[in-house]
Amino acid sequence: MKTIASFDVQYDQFLDSEGEPQQALPEFARDPATLISLYCAMVLARGFDTKAIALQRTGKLGTFASALGQEAIGVGTATAMRAEDVLLPSYREHAAQFCRGVSMRESLLYWGGDERGSDYAEARQDFPNCVTIAAQVCHAAGVAYAKKLRHEAGVAVCIFGDGGTSKGDFYEGMNLAGVCRLPLVMVVNNNQWAISLPRSLQSAARTLAQKAIAAGIEGFQVDGNDVIAVREAVGRGLDRARAGDGPTLIEALSYRLGDHTTADDATRYRDPETVNRQWQFEPVARLRKYLARIGAWDKEKEEALLRECSECVNQAVEAYLATPPQSGTAMFDHLYAELPAGLQAQREEAFRFAPRDGENHGGS
Amino acid sequence: MADLNLVEAVNLALARALTSDPNVVLLGEDIGANGGVFRATVGLQARFGAERVFDTPLAETAIAGVAVGMAAAGLRPVAEIQFTGFIYPVLDQIVNHASRLRYRTRGRLSCPMVLRSPCGAGIHAPEHHSESPEALFAHIPGLRMVIPSSPVRAYGLLLAAIRDPDPVIFFEPTRLYRLFKQDVADNGEALPLDTCFVLREGTDITLVSWGAMLQETLAAADRLAEEGVSCEVIDVATLKPFDLSTILDSVARTGRCIIVHEAAKSGGFGAEIAAGLAEQGLTSLLAPVQRVAGYDVVVPLARLEYQYMPSVERILSAARQALEFA
Repeated sequence: MKTIASFDVQYDQFLDSEGEPQQALPEFARDPATLISLYCAMVLARGFDTKAIALQRTGKLGTFASALGQEAIGVGTATAMRAEDVLLPSYREHAAQFCRGVSMRESLLYWGGDERGSDYAEARQDFPNCVTIAAQVCHAAGVAYAKKLRHEAGVAVCIFGDGGTSKGDFYEGMNLAGVCRLPLVMVVNNNQWAISLPRSLQSAARTLAQKAIAAGIEGFQVDGNDVIAVREAVGRGLDRARAGDGPTLIEALSYRLGDHTTADDATRYRDPETVNRQWQFEPVARLRKYLARIGAWDKEKEEALLRECSECVNQAVEAYLATPPQSGTAMFDHLYAELPAGLQAQREEAFRFAPRDGENHGGS
Repeated sequence: MADLNLVEAVNLALARALTSDPNVVLLGEDIGANGGVFRATVGLQARFGAERVFDTPLAETAIAGVAVGMAAAGLRPVAEIQFTGFIYPVLDQIVNHASRLRYRTRGRLSCPMVLRSPCGAGIHAPEHHSESPEALFAHIPGLRMVIPSSPVRAYGLLLAAIRDPDPVIFFEPTRLYRLFKQDVADNGEALPLDTCFVLREGTDITLVSWGAMLQETLAAADRLAEEGVSCEVIDVATLKPFDLSTILDSVARTGRCIIVHEAAKSGGFGAEIAAGLAEQGLTSLLAPVQRVAGYDVVVPLARLEYQYMPSVERILSAARQALEFA
């Protein structure tokens, strides 16, 4: 036997959990204003998260998937992207979506059971939340193929969870993207849990990043609670894609501090003490500590930001709650570019039986 | 005009689409240098390049899922699944994504893709190469499900499918690929989707079928004509969205209807037609609607496949029973 190929998997971190730099920061992170904007985006996403759960608990929102503790992955990914890039998220990436221009009202509409929540006024090319696991890896490869063939600027960026890396869609999409050297960046939000299944039972692989090796593409692991590391890694992947060097797989290590969704009770399968210990690694406090250390942040600024985020979220909630429901026949709209003749009768039936104004619209 | 069989007509339509629209791309297994296992794409990679006629890795989910992404990003992908027996891994991508991308984004994104796949029994193929799962797709809102029954309709319906703004599943009956030729004009004209085609007008009984089974259905109509029975023969062609009105009009005149399909009977698309007639055409009927279909069994291997597929004799038997009702 002889070794015919050998590989290694790199790991990157800039700020440790105490906000101590572990190496020289990348260029973008030397500007405090940039870091403050990343910090604000994470705080806003967390404020939204808290509010959305409260809305669900009070019957004003449907099932909601919290991103608590994983804000750095969304914010780091989306802020590394350009407008012409395309984001293909899972259902847990509102932190990324808000940075892309998706509004909080739209996100609430979606989780509140209204299709109009996926008709983004901004980020028109971004895909809606992908609920079936890792299917968007294939879509992202297709978007990347189209960009390349049409000689359009732009890179496809998809985000999915650690559970997604067990799926065929992930392997198939990544493998094809490797063969075609597509402009694609795949980000694994490794939050250690796929509903109740821990990372240790998801795969015997030591890292998820190493799955890139099998596809013959670039792959590495970063501290997903370090927004600087995430943004730098995604930026590196985007640069490679723009240069024609093909796809990149980035495993971002984080932790799901909340339940899977509001329909889940994680105490059934994991020890709350384990979760409490993970709070020391979360991404928001880490960056705040660093900003305070360099004199760019203080208590006053923090209080002002929290007030501002709270107002912003409350305005979005008001706008969401004030949005009139769709008509009953909206379910026939956009099914096809043009409603087929045979469906007219069903549409008329839906109209005939639709609740009139003042009646219960069937919403929660 | 050229004398072409069905697989050559498919090739001609694909070449036409690739020529007239730079956004059309083909993808699938062995479609490039090999020209497809049935030669449906023969010569196209040499003419249009390996990027537009893309030999994919062996991964059906990726073929469908990548096509969804391509379509949403401005291309017009025409994906091939080598046999319908291999189509089941793509159900998630087609049902959960292709069919509803327009709907769930309120028209912001759409999915103008075609998924081609050779279907049906009768060519002595190996296991998993003889299925007719059209009813699975005809059940899915947001899709079109199309099956041509001749070279002329294969050309026109495939062009229509590629130009359609929504996802189309396009099954090609393998038994017809080389069975007969027709004059096919390469005029770039699409045939209408969402409508049945009346192949033969008649007054005594309506025979409804699609795809390869129209061969047996037309042969049965010939035999009945010799006996003085006038058959109206309808090719459904597009099963989803379904044009019931053409069949209702016909049955209003004939009062009798036999539905012929190769797929297993229970839950097959014939049930949808029969239910439509029961709901909207009952007062026209002089005899019970009958379905002549594949039996509710696994499609057998080659030695029994012709006993599985509806025969002319089975169609005649059903028709004669219907004609016995005064």
